[in-house]
Amino acid sequence: MPSTYEPIATTTLSSTASIITFSSIPSTYTDLFLVVACLDNGGGRTRLRLNGDSATNYSRTNLVGNGSGSASYSGTNEAQFDLSVAAGTSSTNPTAQMISINNYANTTTNKTILSRYNLASGAVEMMTGLYRSTSAITSVSYFTQGTMQVGTTATLYGIKAA
Amino acid sequence: MSPILGIIASSRAVASNSYESIATVTIGSGGASTASFTSIPSTYQHLQIRVMAKTNDGNPYGNAAVTLNGAAGEYRHDLYGTGSAAGASASATSFISYIGGTAQFGVAIIDILDYADTNKNKTIRSICGVDNNGSGLAAMTSGLETSTTAVSSITLTSNSGNFPQYSSFALYGIKG
Repeated sequence: MPSTYEPIATTTLSSTASIITFSSIPSTYTDLFLVVACLDNGGGRTRLRLNGDSATNYSRTNLVGNGSGSASYSGTNEAQFDLSVAAGTSSTNPTAQMISINNYANTTTNKTILSRYNLASGAVEMMTGLYRSTSAITSVSYFTQGTMQVGTTATLYGIKAA
Repeated sequence: MSPILGIIASSRAVASNSYESIATVTIGSGGASTASFTSIPSTYQHLQIRVMAKTNDGNPYGNAAVTLNGAAGEYRHDLYGTGSAAGASASATSFISYIGGTAQFGVAIIDILDYADTNKNKTIRSICGVDNNGSGLAAMTSGLETSTTAVSSITLTSNSGNFPQYSSFALYGIKG
Protein backbone atom coordinates (compact mmCIF):
# COMPACT_ATOMS: atom_id res chain seq x y z
CA MET A 1 0.00 0.00 0.00
CA PRO A 2 1.36 3.48 -0.80
CA SER A 3 1.92 5.76 2.16
CA THR A 4 0.04 8.94 1.55
CA TYR A 5 -0.14 11.43 4.42
CA GLU A 6 2.71 13.80 3.78
CA PRO A 7 3.65 17.26 5.03
CA ILE A 8 3.80 19.65 2.10
CA ALA A 9 5.02 22.67 4.01
CA THR A 10 5.17 24.07 7.52
CA THR A 11 5.83 27.40 9.15
CA THR A 12 6.46 28.67 12.67
CA LEU A 13 6.13 32.39 13.25
CA SER A 14 9.31 33.99 14.56
CA SER A 15 7.67 37.42 14.36
CA THR A 16 4.06 38.55 14.40
CA ALA A 17 2.10 38.23 11.17
CA SER A 18 -1.36 38.92 9.86
CA ILE A 19 -1.54 36.02 7.44
CA ILE A 20 0.09 32.68 6.65
CA THR A 21 -0.06 31.61 3.02
CA PHE A 22 0.80 28.27 1.48
CA SER A 23 1.23 28.81 -2.23
CA SER A 24 2.19 26.73 -5.28
CA ILE A 25 0.41 23.73 -3.79
CA PRO A 26 0.97 20.70 -6.05
CA SER A 27 -2.12 19.06 -7.54
CA THR A 28 -0.83 15.56 -6.90
CA TYR A 29 -2.86 14.82 -3.76
CA THR A 30 -6.55 14.10 -3.27
CA ASP A 31 -7.23 16.11 -0.10
CA LEU A 32 -5.43 18.82 1.83
CA PHE A 33 -5.29 18.93 5.63
CA LEU A 34 -4.17 22.08 7.44
CA VAL A 35 -3.24 21.98 11.13
CA VAL A 36 -2.75 25.28 12.96
CA ALA A 37 -1.84 26.08 16.56
CA CYS A 38 -2.68 29.76 16.64
CA LEU A 39 -1.73 32.43 19.13
CA ASP A 40 -3.49 35.69 18.34
CA ASN A 41 -4.02 39.00 20.10
CA GLY A 42 -7.32 39.92 18.50
CA GLY A 43 -9.74 37.70 20.40
CA GLY A 44 -11.77 37.37 17.24
CA ARG A 45 -12.40 34.94 14.44
CA THR A 46 -10.02 32.69 12.53
CA ARG A 47 -10.41 32.70 8.78
CA LEU A 48 -9.40 30.97 5.57
CA ARG A 49 -9.18 32.12 1.99
CA LEU A 50 -8.52 29.97 -1.09
CA ASN A 51 -6.55 30.94 -4.20
CA GLY A 52 -6.30 34.50 -2.85
CA ASP A 53 -9.92 34.99 -3.86
CA SER A 54 -11.54 37.80 -1.87
CA ALA A 55 -14.78 37.85 -3.87
CA THR A 56 -17.97 36.84 -2.07
CA ASN A 57 -17.78 33.19 -3.07
CA TYR A 58 -17.76 31.69 0.42
CA SER A 59 -20.53 30.41 2.70
CA ARG A 60 -20.55 28.40 5.90
CA THR A 61 -22.49 26.59 8.61
CA ASN A 62 -20.94 26.59 12.10
CA LEU A 63 -21.68 24.44 15.14
CA VAL A 64 -20.53 25.68 18.57
CA GLY A 65 -20.42 24.29 22.09
CA ASN A 66 -19.19 26.50 24.92
CA GLY A 67 -19.56 24.34 28.00
CA SER A 68 -23.07 25.44 28.88
CA GLY A 69 -24.92 25.19 25.59
CA SER A 70 -24.73 24.70 21.86
CA ALA A 71 -25.58 26.98 18.95
CA SER A 72 -25.31 27.18 15.19
CA TYR A 73 -24.47 30.09 12.92
CA SER A 74 -24.18 30.64 9.20
CA GLY A 75 -22.83 33.08 6.66
CA THR A 76 -23.60 33.54 2.98
CA ASN A 77 -21.80 35.34 0.16
CA GLU A 78 -18.79 36.17 2.30
CA ALA A 79 -15.27 37.11 1.27
CA GLN A 80 -13.66 34.30 3.29
CA PHE A 81 -14.48 31.32 5.46
CA ASP A 82 -15.05 32.23 9.12
CA LEU A 83 -13.70 29.06 10.69
CA SER A 84 -14.56 30.06 14.24
CA VAL A 85 -17.28 32.48 15.24
CA ALA A 86 -17.84 32.25 18.98
CA ALA A 87 -14.77 31.23 20.91
CA GLY A 88 -12.36 34.02 20.03
CA THR A 89 -8.61 33.62 20.03
CA SER A 90 -6.00 33.88 22.77
CA SER A 91 -2.45 35.23 22.80
CA THR A 92 -1.44 32.80 25.54
CA ASN A 93 -3.49 29.63 24.98
CA PRO A 94 -3.07 28.26 21.45
CA THR A 95 -6.18 27.30 19.55
CA ALA A 96 -6.05 23.96 17.77
CA GLN A 97 -7.45 24.17 14.27
CA MET A 98 -7.76 21.32 11.76
CA ILE A 99 -9.11 22.00 8.28
CA SER A 100 -9.81 19.44 5.56
CA ILE A 101 -10.14 20.56 1.94
CA ASN A 102 -11.44 17.59 -0.01
CA ASN A 103 -10.80 16.98 -3.71
CA TYR A 104 -9.07 20.35 -3.84
CA ALA A 105 -7.53 19.85 -7.29
CA ASN A 106 -10.64 18.84 -9.20
CA THR A 107 -11.91 21.32 -11.76
CA THR A 108 -15.47 19.97 -12.00
CA THR A 109 -17.10 20.70 -8.65
CA ASN A 110 -17.31 23.49 -6.12
CA LYS A 111 -15.17 22.91 -3.02
CA THR A 112 -16.51 21.90 0.39
CA ILE A 113 -14.33 22.06 3.50
CA LEU A 114 -14.59 20.82 7.09
CA SER A 115 -12.99 22.59 10.03
CA ARG A 116 -12.51 21.78 13.72
CA TYR A 117 -11.58 24.49 16.22
CA ASN A 118 -10.67 23.92 19.85
CA LEU A 119 -9.92 26.53 22.50
CA ALA A 120 -9.97 24.90 25.92
CA SER A 121 -10.66 28.19 27.65
CA GLY A 122 -13.47 29.10 25.27
CA ALA A 123 -15.34 26.63 23.13
CA VAL A 124 -15.25 23.79 20.66
CA GLU A 125 -16.47 24.52 17.16
CA MET A 126 -16.83 22.87 13.78
CA MET A 127 -17.69 24.32 10.42
CA THR A 128 -18.60 23.13 6.96
CA GLY A 129 -18.02 25.63 4.20
CA LEU A 130 -18.68 25.98 0.49
CA TYR A 131 -16.35 27.76 -1.90
CA ARG A 132 -18.22 28.37 -5.12
CA SER A 133 -15.42 27.83 -7.61
CA THR A 134 -14.44 24.92 -9.80
CA SER A 135 -10.83 26.06 -10.00
CA ALA A 136 -8.18 23.82 -8.52
CA ILE A 137 -6.88 25.12 -5.19
CA THR A 138 -3.27 26.22 -5.48
CA SER A 139 -2.97 28.49 -2.44
CA VAL A 140 -4.42 28.52 1.07
CA SER A 141 -4.28 31.56 3.36
CA TYR A 142 -5.02 31.42 7.10
CA PHE A 143 -5.59 34.65 8.99
CA THR A 144 -7.40 36.15 11.95
CA GLN A 145 -9.15 39.36 12.91
CA GLY A 146 -6.09 40.30 14.96
CA THR A 147 -2.38 39.65 14.64
CA MET A 148 -0.92 36.19 14.97
CA GLN A 149 1.81 35.95 17.58
CA VAL A 150 5.28 34.43 17.71
CA GLY A 151 5.09 30.66 18.10
CA THR A 152 2.03 30.15 15.93
CA THR A 153 2.54 27.04 13.81
CA ALA A 154 0.84 25.85 10.64
CA THR A 155 1.45 22.66 8.68
CA LEU A 156 -0.18 21.70 5.40
CA TYR A 157 -0.47 17.98 4.62
CA GLY A 158 -1.37 16.20 1.42
CA ILE A 159 -3.46 13.01 1.43
CA LYS A 160 -3.49 10.87 -1.69
CA ALA A 161 -6.09 8.22 -2.44
CA ALA A 162 -5.27 5.06 -4.33
CA MET B 1 -5.10 42.94 5.03
CA SER B 2 -2.71 42.49 2.18
CA PRO B 3 -1.36 39.17 1.02
CA ILE B 4 1.96 40.97 0.68
CA LEU B 5 2.19 40.75 4.45
CA GLY B 6 1.85 37.01 4.27
CA ILE B 7 4.41 34.39 5.00
CA ILE B 8 5.22 31.85 2.36
CA ALA B 9 5.68 28.64 4.22
CA SER B 10 8.88 26.71 3.86
CA SER B 11 8.87 23.41 2.06
CA ARG B 12 9.71 20.25 3.92
CA ALA B 13 9.25 16.94 2.19
CA VAL B 14 9.09 14.18 4.78
CA ALA B 15 7.77 10.73 3.89
CA SER B 16 5.19 9.16 6.16
CA ASN B 17 4.42 5.46 6.37
CA SER B 18 1.68 5.21 8.98
CA TYR B 19 -1.30 6.34 6.89
CA GLU B 20 -1.95 4.34 3.75
CA SER B 21 -4.52 4.38 1.00
CA ILE B 22 -6.37 1.05 0.79
CA ALA B 23 -8.98 1.64 -1.92
CA THR B 24 -11.14 4.32 -3.50
CA VAL B 25 -14.62 4.22 -5.02
CA THR B 26 -15.39 7.00 -7.49
CA ILE B 27 -18.94 7.04 -8.81
CA GLY B 28 -19.29 7.08 -12.58
CA SER B 29 -21.77 8.76 -14.90
CA GLY B 30 -24.63 6.40 -14.12
CA GLY B 31 -24.54 6.97 -10.40
CA ALA B 32 -24.74 4.23 -7.76
CA SER B 33 -26.77 3.78 -4.59
CA THR B 34 -23.92 2.16 -2.66
CA ALA B 35 -20.17 2.27 -2.33
CA SER B 36 -18.49 -0.80 -0.87
CA PHE B 37 -15.10 -1.85 0.40
CA THR B 38 -14.47 -5.57 0.79
CA SER B 39 -11.57 -7.79 1.86
CA ILE B 40 -10.20 -5.05 4.08
CA PRO B 41 -6.88 -6.24 5.51
CA SER B 42 -6.61 -6.49 9.31
CA THR B 43 -3.10 -5.07 9.41
CA TYR B 44 -3.99 -1.53 10.53
CA GLN B 45 -5.02 -0.06 13.87
CA HIS B 46 -7.80 2.20 12.61
CA LEU B 47 -9.66 2.94 9.38
CA GLN B 48 -10.64 6.31 7.97
CA ILE B 49 -13.06 7.00 5.12
CA ARG B 50 -12.88 10.39 3.45
CA VAL B 51 -16.05 11.18 1.53
CA MET B 52 -17.14 13.83 -0.95
CA ALA B 53 -20.67 13.03 -2.11
CA LYS B 54 -24.19 14.07 -2.96
CA THR B 55 -27.48 12.23 -2.78
CA ASN B 56 -30.83 12.76 -4.48
CA ASP B 57 -32.33 14.12 -1.25
CA GLY B 58 -34.32 17.31 -1.81
CA ASN B 59 -33.42 18.61 1.64
CA PRO B 60 -30.31 20.77 2.09
CA TYR B 61 -28.45 17.61 3.04
CA GLY B 62 -28.62 13.85 2.62
CA ASN B 63 -26.86 11.03 4.36
CA ALA B 64 -24.95 7.83 3.83
CA ALA B 65 -25.72 4.86 6.07
CA VAL B 66 -22.56 3.04 7.08
CA THR B 67 -22.84 -0.74 7.43
CA LEU B 68 -20.05 -2.88 8.84
CA ASN B 69 -19.75 -6.52 7.72
CA GLY B 70 -23.23 -6.30 6.24
CA ALA B 71 -24.83 -5.99 9.68
CA ALA B 72 -27.60 -3.64 10.69
CA GLY B 73 -28.51 -2.74 14.25
CA GLU B 74 -26.01 0.00 14.97
CA TYR B 75 -26.47 2.82 17.45
CA ARG B 76 -25.88 6.50 16.86
CA HIS B 77 -25.89 9.88 18.58
CA ASP B 78 -25.61 13.13 16.64
CA LEU B 79 -24.88 16.75 17.44
CA TYR B 80 -25.72 19.05 14.55
CA GLY B 81 -26.18 22.66 13.54
CA THR B 82 -28.36 23.99 10.74
CA GLY B 83 -26.98 27.52 10.71
CA SER B 84 -29.75 28.89 12.91
CA ALA B 85 -30.13 26.22 15.60
CA ALA B 86 -28.23 23.35 17.15
CA GLY B 87 -29.78 20.03 18.02
CA ALA B 88 -29.17 16.42 18.84
CA SER B 89 -30.66 13.15 17.72
CA ALA B 90 -30.19 9.44 18.24
CA SER B 91 -30.97 6.13 16.59
CA ALA B 92 -30.94 2.53 17.71
CA THR B 93 -31.03 1.14 14.19
CA SER B 94 -28.42 2.83 12.03
CA PHE B 95 -25.22 4.81 11.84
CA ILE B 96 -25.24 7.59 9.28
CA SER B 97 -22.90 10.32 8.16
CA TYR B 98 -24.37 13.46 6.64
CA ILE B 99 -23.36 14.50 3.13
CA GLY B 100 -24.81 16.62 0.35
CA GLY B 101 -28.35 16.74 -0.99
CA THR B 102 -28.98 17.55 -4.64
CA ALA B 103 -27.32 20.96 -4.62
CA GLN B 104 -23.74 20.72 -3.38
CA PHE B 105 -21.26 18.02 -2.52
CA GLY B 106 -20.95 17.38 1.18
CA VAL B 107 -17.90 15.97 2.90
CA ALA B 108 -17.39 13.52 5.73
CA ILE B 109 -14.44 12.07 7.59
CA ILE B 110 -15.40 8.77 9.21
CA ASP B 111 -13.11 6.97 11.67
CA ILE B 112 -13.56 3.32 12.66
CA LEU B 113 -11.42 2.65 15.70
CA ASP B 114 -9.73 -0.69 16.48
CA TYR B 115 -11.69 -2.24 13.61
CA ALA B 116 -9.76 -5.52 13.68
CA ASP B 117 -9.88 -6.07 17.46
CA THR B 118 -11.98 -9.16 18.20
CA ASN B 119 -12.28 -8.27 21.90
CA LYS B 120 -14.18 -5.01 21.42
CA ASN B 121 -17.41 -3.75 20.02
CA LYS B 122 -16.78 -1.25 17.23
CA THR B 123 -16.96 2.51 17.70
CA ILE B 124 -17.35 4.91 14.79
CA ARG B 125 -17.18 8.68 14.70
CA SER B 126 -17.81 11.14 11.93
CA ILE B 127 -17.37 14.84 11.32
CA CYS B 128 -19.43 15.83 8.34
CA GLY B 129 -21.57 18.43 6.63
CA VAL B 130 -22.58 20.42 3.61
CA ASP B 131 -23.22 24.09 2.93
CA ASN B 132 -25.44 25.45 0.14
CA ASN B 133 -24.91 29.21 0.57
CA GLY B 134 -28.11 29.75 2.49
CA SER B 135 -28.75 26.35 4.01
CA GLY B 136 -26.60 23.59 5.36
CA LEU B 137 -25.75 21.18 8.12
CA ALA B 138 -22.62 20.69 10.22
CA ALA B 139 -22.58 17.58 12.37
CA MET B 140 -20.60 15.26 14.57
CA THR B 141 -21.86 11.73 14.92
CA SER B 142 -20.86 8.82 17.12
CA GLY B 143 -21.82 5.22 16.46
CA LEU B 144 -21.58 1.79 18.00
CA GLU B 145 -21.77 -1.64 16.44
CA THR B 146 -22.24 -4.28 19.09
CA SER B 147 -20.05 -6.89 17.46
CA THR B 148 -16.57 -8.08 18.29
CA THR B 149 -16.03 -9.43 14.79
CA ALA B 150 -13.16 -7.82 12.90
CA VAL B 151 -14.43 -5.45 10.23
CA SER B 152 -13.60 -6.76 6.78
CA SER B 153 -16.23 -4.97 4.71
CA ILE B 154 -17.92 -1.56 4.77
CA THR B 155 -20.86 -0.37 2.70
CA LEU B 156 -22.13 3.20 2.42
CA THR B 157 -25.71 3.53 1.17
CA SER B 158 -27.44 6.68 -0.06
CA ASN B 159 -30.59 7.62 1.82
CA SER B 160 -32.21 8.91 -1.38
CA GLY B 161 -31.53 7.67 -4.88
CA ASN B 162 -28.00 7.33 -6.15
CA PHE B 163 -24.74 8.92 -5.24
CA PRO B 164 -24.20 10.91 -8.47
CA GLN B 165 -21.14 11.12 -10.66
CA TYR B 166 -17.99 12.53 -9.06
CA SER B 167 -18.96 11.32 -5.60
CA SER B 168 -15.91 9.67 -4.08
CA PHE B 169 -15.19 7.45 -1.08
CA ALA B 170 -11.57 6.83 -0.12
CA LEU B 171 -10.59 4.24 2.50
CA TYR B 172 -7.35 4.63 4.42
CA GLY B 173 -5.57 2.49 7.00
CA ILE B 174 -3.80 4.01 9.99
CA LYS B 175 -1.08 1.97 11.65
CA GLY B 176 -0.63 1.85 15.40
